[in-house]
Amino acid sequence: MIRSFRALLIRDLKLAARVGGSGVMGLIFFLMIVTLIPFALGPDLNLLSRIGPAILWIAALLATLIGLDRLFQADQEDGSLDILRLSPAPLELIVLAKVVAYWLTTALPLAIATPLFGLLVALSPEGMLAMVATLLVGTPALTFIGAVGAALTASLRRGGLILAILVLPFMIPTLIFGVSAANAAVGGTVPFATPFLILVALSLIAAVVGTVGAAAALRSGE
Amino acid sequence: MRLSVNNLACERGGRRIFEGVSFTLQAGEALVITGRNGAGKSTLLELLAGRLHPASGKILWEGAGERTLSESLHYVGHRDALKSALTAQENLDFARDFLGNPALSARGALEAVGLAHAARLPVGYLSAGQRHRVALARLLVAHRPLWLLDEPTSALDTTSQETLRELLENHRAQGGMIAATTHSPLFLSAPKEIRIERAQASLSHQGDGE
Repeated sequence: MIRSFRALLIRDLKLAARVGGSGVMGLIFFLMIVTLIPFALGPDLNLLSRIGPAILWIAALLATLIGLDRLFQADQEDGSLDILRLSPAPLELIVLAKVVAYWLTTALPLAIATPLFGLLVALSPEGMLAMVATLLVGTPALTFIGAVGAALTASLRRGGLILAILVLPFMIPTLIFGVSAANAAVGGTVPFATPFLILVALSLIAAVVGTVGAAAALRSGE
Repeated sequence: MRLSVNNLACERGGRRIFEGVSFTLQAGEALVITGRNGAGKSTLLELLAGRLHPASGKILWEGAGERTLSESLHYVGHRDALKSALTAQENLDFARDFLGNPALSARGALEAVGLAHAARLPVGYLSAGQRHRVALARLLVAHRPLWLLDEPTSALDTTSQETLRELLENHRAQGGMIAATTHSPLFLSAPKEIRIERAQASLSHQGDGE
């Protein structure tokens, strides 16, 4: 069972690293959004640093979303999903392996690159640290929620848009607590730990519900 | 080990595709599924592979201990389930680790289908016949008793068809089972045969009295 999990994880990491993989694309997309917004708002550093966490979180959310439609669709199209069903491991574990691989190649680079992108929106050093921390614990929630949508739309052509419409409403709580935790770190009346711990809880809940939900969607998919 | 299929019916999109399909398959036996295009040959294999659910009827898998049917079978369908960006060897290494019960090494399996020279090439560069042979090599990297093959000879040249026939006979000699859909003869020794007819066709058959 662990062997199957590891084999799938390694295969997906390899695929992401090869040509056409989604790994770098998410990061570049993230950079584009974060760069665009200061152009639109103008050179008001105070305003930028105040709304910086919100910009970074929305950019991270969208960057997570753009590759998600291929999470199961690519396997569905070339028939790999039929092979994945034949595994001795339960489908939940297979979903988990795919989501972990997706998170490692898409969300983790975003979190690591955030201090750099924070410069573009004039974040303070504490703000950057808080952003890295909130993205690290918050993006798993986004990926797991998205996985349910990806599993539901796996057999649809152009399922990307439907996926976004399906999952974005469920990502709102994560966005709210992610941004408020990042804001709390740089000042405000709420201590950092309060929204941060709720964010952790959201990720843990999403990990369970997302894994079971996506596996159920794949089972009934046909 | 014994696979028994009893009175199986399948519906897709609200339409009955076939019904009343029954057969049994014992260790060492091969089943050849024939029928016209669209009769539901591939659908029958997909039901056995657990990709679709039957509308009625039973699929029983006995004598394999704790292993369920889906853990005891290989499925090679029209879509070859190979990742174009990975090499043939990487694809097979993945299948070997993922499916459990490893048998031949990836390189050994590629040699068996005559593709040892292509082990390091990304599968995307291979021809349709070569890709199909890599997919067939997957049968050899993990030991599983039941092989479900959808049109196994498609895109294969005569030499490869002969290699395939030998692989299938070897598998049967070791107590394996095979269920294959086909239009062209597979030249297997003493296979069972079953012909799938469309449900509507058989109904009108009764109605018209043809």
